[in-house]
Amino acid sequence: MTTRIFSSGIRRREDPRLITGQASYTADIKLPGMTHAAILRSPHAHARIKSIDASAAAGRDGVVAVFTGADTEGALNGIPCAWQVPNSDVKAVDHPPIAKDVVRYVGDAVAVVVAESRYVAEDALEHVDVEYEPLSSVTDPKKATADGAPQLHEDAPGNQAFHWTVSGGDAGAAFSEADVVVKDRIVHQRLIPNAMEPRAAVAQWVGSTQDLTLWSTSQNPHIARFLMSVVTDLPEHRIRVIAQEVGGGFGSKIPFYADEAIIAFCAMRTGGPVKWVETRSENYQATIHGRDHIEEVELAATRDGKITGVRAAVWAGMGAYLSTASTGIPTILHGLMYAGPYDIPNVHGDVYGVFTNATPVDAYRGAGRPEATFLVERMVNLLADKLGMDPVELRRKNLIPAFENGHDVSTGLTYDSGDYEKALDMLMDSIAYQDLRRDQAAARSEGKHVGIGVTTYVEICGLGPSQVAGAVGFGGGLWESAIIRFHPTGKVNVMTGASPHGQGEETTFAQVVSHELGVDVDDIEVLHGDTDTSPMGWGTYGSRTTAVAGAAVALGARKLKEKGKAIAAHLLEAAVEDIEYDDGNFFVKGSPDQSKTIDDIALMANVAWNLPEGMEPGFESTTFYDPPNFAYPFGAHAAVVELDPDTGQISLTRYVAVDDCGTQINPMIIEGQVHGGVVQGAGPALWEGAVYDDGGQLITGSMMDYALPRADMVPEIETMSTDTPSPDHPLGVKGIGETGTIASTVTVYNAVMDALKPFGVDKLDMPLTPERVWRAIHHGNGS
Amino acid sequence: MYAAQIDYHRACSLQEAIALLQEHEGAKIIAGGHSLIPLLRFRLSDASSLIDIGRLDELKGISRSNGCVSIGALTTHAELASSDVLKDACPIIPEAAAVIGDPQVRNRGTVGGNLAHADPGSDLPTVLVALGAEFRVAGPSGDRLVAAADFFQGLMSTALGNDDVLTSVEVPAAQAGQGMAYAKYIHPASRYAVVGAAAVLTASGDTCSAARVAVGGLTPSATRAPSVECSLTGNGLGEKAQAEAASQVANDLGDDLLGDISASAGYRLKMAEVYVGRAVAAAAARTA
Ligand SMILES: Cc1cc2nc3c(=O)[nH]c(=O)nc-3n(C[C@H](O)[C@H](O)[C@H](O)COP(=O)(O)OP(=O)(O)OC[C@H]3O[C@@H](n4cnc5c(N)ncnc54)[C@H](O)[C@@H]3O)c2cc1C
Repeated sequence: MTTRIFSSGIRRREDPRLITGQASYTADIKLPGMTHAAILRSPHAHARIKSIDASAAAGRDGVVAVFTGADTEGALNGIPCAWQVPNSDVKAVDHPPIAKDVVRYVGDAVAVVVAESRYVAEDALEHVDVEYEPLSSVTDPKKATADGAPQLHEDAPGNQAFHWTVSGGDAGAAFSEADVVVKDRIVHQRLIPNAMEPRAAVAQWVGSTQDLTLWSTSQNPHIARFLMSVVTDLPEHRIRVIAQEVGGGFGSKIPFYADEAIIAFCAMRTGGPVKWVETRSENYQATIHGRDHIEEVELAATRDGKITGVRAAVWAGMGAYLSTASTGIPTILHGLMYAGPYDIPNVHGDVYGVFTNATPVDAYRGAGRPEATFLVERMVNLLADKLGMDPVELRRKNLIPAFENGHDVSTGLTYDSGDYEKALDMLMDSIAYQDLRRDQAAARSEGKHVGIGVTTYVEICGLGPSQVAGAVGFGGGLWESAIIRFHPTGKVNVMTGASPHGQGEETTFAQVVSHELGVDVDDIEVLHGDTDTSPMGWGTYGSRTTAVAGAAVALGARKLKEKGKAIAAHLLEAAVEDIEYDDGNFFVKGSPDQSKTIDDIALMANVAWNLPEGMEPGFESTTFYDPPNFAYPFGAHAAVVELDPDTGQISLTRYVAVDDCGTQINPMIIEGQVHGGVVQGAGPALWEGAVYDDGGQLITGSMMDYALPRADMVPEIETMSTDTPSPDHPLGVKGIGETGTIASTVTVYNAVMDALKPFGVDKLDMPLTPERVWRAIHHGNGS
Repeated sequence: MYAAQIDYHRACSLQEAIALLQEHEGAKIIAGGHSLIPLLRFRLSDASSLIDIGRLDELKGISRSNGCVSIGALTTHAELASSDVLKDACPIIPEAAAVIGDPQVRNRGTVGGNLAHADPGSDLPTVLVALGAEFRVAGPSGDRLVAAADFFQGLMSTALGNDDVLTSVEVPAAQAGQGMAYAKYIHPASRYAVVGAAAVLTASGDTCSAARVAVGGLTPSATRAPSVECSLTGNGLGEKAQAEAASQVANDLGDDLLGDISASAGYRLKMAEVYVGRAVAAAAARTA
């Protein structure tokens, strides 16, 4: 009755509405009486607000209201950071939604104008008179910790937001006994997430019932509701958050932003619905950035290439305030991965979270793990250079051997399952590595410069067991839930608390239910994103939606299968133990014509005319799934680049990705995730970077200056996979949303550095712009 | 970004456009909008009203007569890139137009707007200076022709008066023995030229009998490179001669060089040599 849809690349059902323009985003919402807000943002990186006079703005035609920080006094609490990382001393500095006395970055909210149209609101912004006393500022996370650096928060002396450590084995001993030590200083520049849809919010307040509805571009509406209640003191059950169509997030729509609280406040004060849609320029300043690490790293090894230790000190720029999940990124999602896919017994890391006069930093695709993979993979290459070994051989020598059910790592994690060498073998075969090296040598002798980068990686995702979430200081749970509801006609709604925004779970979750219960995939509709109708859940990020919510869906379907068996047994007058299930049919063992279809069962359960004694009517399951472990996808990637020594220009000519995300539900969607992820990770290696000038102004304030990768800048991405099932997940799936980004930055970087070897260059900061590369070729190391 | 309040008028004829410009102080022509609208949105333009010339058919189209090609000011970059007339008569123009921005920009942006805006990173000024084109300008006191080299007067500044409309570009068609090429270092974010080099060479036998070379991107406006031209003219077109000529370009560009975070002025200067070399090499190869 059904075609094979599990493990098949059926088309994404999300796409027709997206590509025909029928999808409805937050910006599309129009409500009767709706007004429009524009937010005045600080033009200074650091300044004291001496006075604000909003009267001229407030008096303009069409302006409904102007609010400043003083107006929110007593109505809005500070914006919280929700991750109190252990082994650290996180400073919970005050983050007023609208700045009151001091602005701390270019983009900090100073006032909000509510008007009849967005144009009127924007014009009025120019008439809010703010007198600033500029203060000195700092945007470099290392410089911010220096003596005499400008101080951002009284409660955080030395601008230290926290100091976190990770330790396993005895790194001190490993380094003092090492035959070889290699060191490097690695800088991960700030990145701007650039979701296709900027953020937006519409707030509606119904005074008579005291209900707040917020339409928001959130990756996790339930967390937004939770934090909205913390910030406004409104009871959680009076708040409804709806994330309807969300046009990508890459982590930038995880945080609960001041802006959402401001718009809710405007709605409550003006009594009517208020809409705010971020402009792209505003997005560059006021939506979180990613990365921003300065790392001093060393690797210890024996003479024959066995890695014995890794040690790192990291200064992680947090920006001016601690965003919702910010503190967990350079710590739990970064430092715990310092061993990578290798058997490295001794690890030590010190991570310093640092306040700077810049846009707050939070999770950006890969979040902490691209930096960790970079750290390990860059150092492995430097070690190979030092030992005169082939970098792939060195990797092989140190990879953790295949394991099926748990491998303890020195950082304290237990990787789930892996066969790292198999992925590497597949990659080596595919690129014909030895031939490639030969070709490279031949090309060099003709004056052509080709570089090859190879990465083996493992990453941590599928966040995660809630107990662990609690233990690592995350202010929420990390389980997911699913409701599977059969209607009398056998059609199905699946409600998930996760909140997909481009990843395709409306398709893959339908495939899971179809696979488990034999319902045609087109008869299943997946609903999400509305706290009033979706069950509780913690959202979509950290490559967790299929790994966690998908498990809830699979288990929920299996519950219904059991109920179906009981009903079938009753109707067929057989014992439950004698009922078998196959592809949507329940039948008596040995006599397949004595059967009931899933449709028969759904109908009978819903009408309840004839059910087993004591059975509740309805054909619906609610399932809560808390994963027993994180998921650890892994793989091996290779990049080939060509270098033009006359200009320093790099062209990425080939990229091959072998990824293992366990069992595959929809290979086409997986391929898409890898393509996008790889390109997004290549961006910072070659082109992308947010740059502040000495005064804390964002120079890369628009797409005319911030260089995003484009289709014609990357080759066709070649994808392959191994599939090592997760021992924990009911379907064996892991996660694929971030692997591309996690592996590709360093793969491309190492390829360029490989091309630069004949020029004696072994150190360059990202992005590897032509000028940097050209200068290094002509003037030696350094940027 | 939201533009401030602004008036809008649509002109039905060239004469009306000029009259509207005279009538409304601070008015600006709008053609494809791909340079002006960003300025309005960033509130960086002080234009108080817009005169839309987008529907003036008299400013559209490409035609060839008497060894000269006339390109209407409203011709889009995409039309330039795909024009058979130009591919035949002046192939460097389609070559350059094809690397302007991206398809959206090429579909909306016009020759007239590109030249009138005179962005230092624009491609067409460099090419048209190298070709020795002339621009036809209509104003309250009639028509005039301005040589490309006189038209560009510095950073985003041209010979156009407030009430002038650029109506067409007149370019000489290629002659026998001529080869022309444009080499562009594309800005990774904006797609404008970091450095653009245009070379129009004439060969007779093995010698270069005439050379016109222009550079843009790193200078406030498109600039002829007389030292390069001089070095080429009367000499052979071998690799060595090309390199020798390209190495002269620094003499022609002055001290006022532009740079940004993706490419400093010093680096651009070096790249000018590389790209002039490439344009010259490609043009030389096409003289055959
Ligand atoms: C993302 C992006 C990338 C780009 N990349 C490139 C690139 O790589 N290379 C390149 O060369 N350009 C590039 N451009 C600029 C593009 O070519 C513009 O379209 C062009 O410069 C302006 O043409 P327009 O018709 O859009 O002019 P508009 O924006 O309408 O007008 C621009 C200016 O010219 C004036 N004007 C327009 N027409 C006339 C006329 N007939 N007479 C007198 N004044 C007139 C207007 O008053 C205004 O001041 C890019 C633009 C964008 C947005």
